[in-house]
Amino acid sequence: MLKRIALSAVAALSLTGGAALAAGGAGEVKDIQFSFEGPFGTYDENQLQRGLQVYTEICGSCHGLKFVPIRTLSDPGGPHLPEDQMRAYAEFYEVYDAELDDWRPAKPTDHFPESLLENAPDLSLMAKARAGFSGPYGTGINQFVQGMGGAEYIYSLLTGYTGEEKEEAGVILYENKAFPGGWISMAPPLWGEDVDFNDGHANDLSSIAKDVSAFLMWTAEPKMMDRQFAGLVGFIMLSLLAVLLYLTNKKIWAPIKGKNKAAATPAE
Amino acid sequence: MGGIPHDHYEPKSKGAKWLHQRLPIVGLMYDTLMIPTPKNLNWMWIWGIVLTFCLALMIITGIVLVMHYTPHEDYAFASVEHIMRNVNGGHMIRYLHMNGASLFFFAVYLHIFRGLYYGSYKAPREITWILGMLIYLLMMGTAFMGYVLPWGQMSFWGATVITGLFGAIPFIGEPIQTWLLGGPAVGNATLNRFFSLHYLLPFVIAALVALHIWAFHTTGNNNPTGVEVRRGSKAEAEKDTVPFWPYFVIKDLFALAVILAVFFAIVGFMPNYLGHPDNYIEANALATPAHIVPEWYFLPFYAILRGFDDTVWIVIAANFLTGGIVDGKFFGVLAMFGAIAVMALTPWLDTSSVRSGRYRPMFKIAFWLLVVDFIVLTWVGAMPAEGIYPIICLVGAAYWFAYFLVILPLLGVIEKPQEQPETIEEDFKAHYGKSASTGGTAAETPAE
Repeated sequence: MLKRIALSAVAALSLTGGAALAAGGAGEVKDIQFSFEGPFGTYDENQLQRGLQVYTEICGSCHGLKFVPIRTLSDPGGPHLPEDQMRAYAEFYEVYDAELDDWRPAKPTDHFPESLLENAPDLSLMAKARAGFSGPYGTGINQFVQGMGGAEYIYSLLTGYTGEEKEEAGVILYENKAFPGGWISMAPPLWGEDVDFNDGHANDLSSIAKDVSAFLMWTAEPKMMDRQFAGLVGFIMLSLLAVLLYLTNKKIWAPIKGKNKAAATPAE
Repeated sequence: MGGIPHDHYEPKSKGAKWLHQRLPIVGLMYDTLMIPTPKNLNWMWIWGIVLTFCLALMIITGIVLVMHYTPHEDYAFASVEHIMRNVNGGHMIRYLHMNGASLFFFAVYLHIFRGLYYGSYKAPREITWILGMLIYLLMMGTAFMGYVLPWGQMSFWGATVITGLFGAIPFIGEPIQTWLLGGPAVGNATLNRFFSLHYLLPFVIAALVALHIWAFHTTGNNNPTGVEVRRGSKAEAEKDTVPFWPYFVIKDLFALAVILAVFFAIVGFMPNYLGHPDNYIEANALATPAHIVPEWYFLPFYAILRGFDDTVWIVIAANFLTGGIVDGKFFGVLAMFGAIAVMALTPWLDTSSVRSGRYRPMFKIAFWLLVVDFIVLTWVGAMPAEGIYPIICLVGAAYWFAYFLVILPLLGVIEKPQEQPETIEEDFKAHYGKSASTGGTAAETPAE
C-alpha cells in the first residue's frame, strides 16, 4: 500500500490537472486485429493474463477498476487464473473495511481498488466508453462488423505519444495522436520492456499495449463470450422456428390461395 | 364483435355454459382470435404482432431489471454494472431491454408508415389512429426516461437538454422544468421520478394497446386495397376474409421469428452498436460531453427541433409578430411537437376519397419523398449543428410540414386516382391467379 501511495504521489506531481479539453478534432484511432473481434471472436486467456500483469505493475499505480470483482479473474471466458493464484493476487491489494474501521488485505469478493488519482479515470469500462476505429473512411462499417472496439482506442492512446510536451497553466501536457484535442495530461505510461513475462513473451511497446488493451476489453465486457454464445443459440433456434413456421404457413394458406388443390381437403 | 358478420362462440360443455353465463371471457377471446381478417393483407401488416411482442419483452425484462437496479444517483450506475457482471444472465436481460427499445421503435415507424401509405387513418379508423399516436408519444416518453436510468453521461446530459426544452416555453417554462426535474437541475429527485414513471407508463401503454386493438376490431382491419370487406351476409364476408386464427397468427409468428433471429444476432454480437460510448461513463455534472446526441429513434424530431434558430426567417417573423415571445428555441420546441401533432391530424388533413395509396399516383411520389425525408432527418439529427447540416434540417422539416399541411389536403382535390378493385376477393384473385378458391374457404377448411 505504501508503495502505491508513494507512486501515486510522484505521479500526482507530474500529472496534476484535468484532461486537456483543448479544441480539436477527434483523435486518430488505429485498426488493430484483436482475437475478440467479430461475432465469433474469443478472448485469448494468455493475453488477458499478460494484460493483467501490465495493468497491475503499471496502470494500477494511478488508475482503478472499481466495478471489477477480483474473483472474476478466475472466471472462464476471462483471464481464468487458477483459484489459488487469484486468491494470492487478491492479497496484493489492501482495501478499507468499514466494519473493521481499518485496512486489510483484499479478499476475492472485493473489487479492485478505485483510482488513486482524482484525474485518473476508472478503467473498468474504458474499452466501452470510447469508440474504436471507425473506418474505413469514417463510415463506421468496421464497428458494425467487429464491435465497438474501444480497445483500439486504448492501444492507439498508449502508442500515440509523439514525444512533444508543453506546459499550460502549470500543467505539463503530452502530445498524443489518439487523444481528442491532441494533448493529454497523462505522461507516457508505457515505453516497451516495462514488464517481464514469465513465459518470455514479447514485451515491446506494441505487444504490451495490445495485451493491456485486451485485458481492459475484458474488464469492460466480462460476459462477452457468454453473450455471443447466447446470441448464436438464439439465432439458430429462431431460424429453425422460422423455417417451421414458414412451412406451416405455406401449408395452411395453400387451399386459400388455390395453389395446391390436393391440400385443400383438411389433412388432419 | 365488429360489423363483419361471422360465427360466434357457443359454449358446448356444461362447465363452459356455466362460465359463459357468468363471465363470457372465452367468448371474448374466441371473437378476438377468430375475427374475420381481409385475406389480402401483405407483409406490412405484421408489425402489430412485433410491437405487441416488444411491449411484453420490455415489461418482462424490465421487471427483472428492477429487482437488481438501485434508483439513486450514487448507486444507479454501479447497480447497472452489478446487473452486467453479477446477476445470472443479467447482461443478456439488460442488452435485450436496451436493444428491445430499438426494435420497438423500428417496428413502430414501419407500422406508422404502413398506416400512412394505405390510408389506415381514414374514416372509420380515426380513433385507432389517434390511440396509436398516443401510444407512440408515451413510448417516446418512456424510452427517454428509461435512457436516464443507467445514469451515464448521455443519460444525464440528455435529460438536461430535453427537460431544457420545456424551459423554453415563455413565462411558465422554467417553473415547469423545475417541477419536472424536482429541483433546479437534473439530480437524484429527477432520477427517482423518472424511474417511477418509467415503470408506470408501459402499463398505460398496454391499456391503450388494448383500446387500439378493440377499436380496429370494431371497424375491421384496413387492407392494401383500402376497399372495405363486404358485410351483406356472412357468406359474402367470407369471400373477402379468413379468420385471424390460424391464417394470420401463423403468418405473423413466422415474420416475428425472422425478425427476432436478426434481433438476437444484434443483441448477441453487437449490443452496443446502437448505443453511445459516452453512456458507459458515469454521470458527471461538471463535464459536458462533446456531442450530446439522443438515441437514433428520436433523431428525426431532434433534427426538426434544431433546424429552427434565430436566423431563420420564419422564426424572425414569429418573433416579430409575437413581440419577442417566440424565440428560436421555443419555435424549435413548437416545431418538434407540431411535427407529431400534424401526423396525428392526418385523418382530417387527407381530403382524398380514395383510401389506399396504391391507387393514387401523385400521392405515391409525395409519400416516398416523405420516407426519404424521414431517413434524411434521422441522419442529419446525429450530425453536429454546423456547416450545411442545419440547412438540411430546415429543408427536411419544411417537407415534413408541407406533406401533412399542404400536399395531403391538395392532392385530394387535384389528383385523379386510378381504378380500385370492386372487392378484396377480386384483388386477392388477381394476385394469386384464377386458381384461388372462390370463397369456398368455409367449406374447404374446418371453421376452427
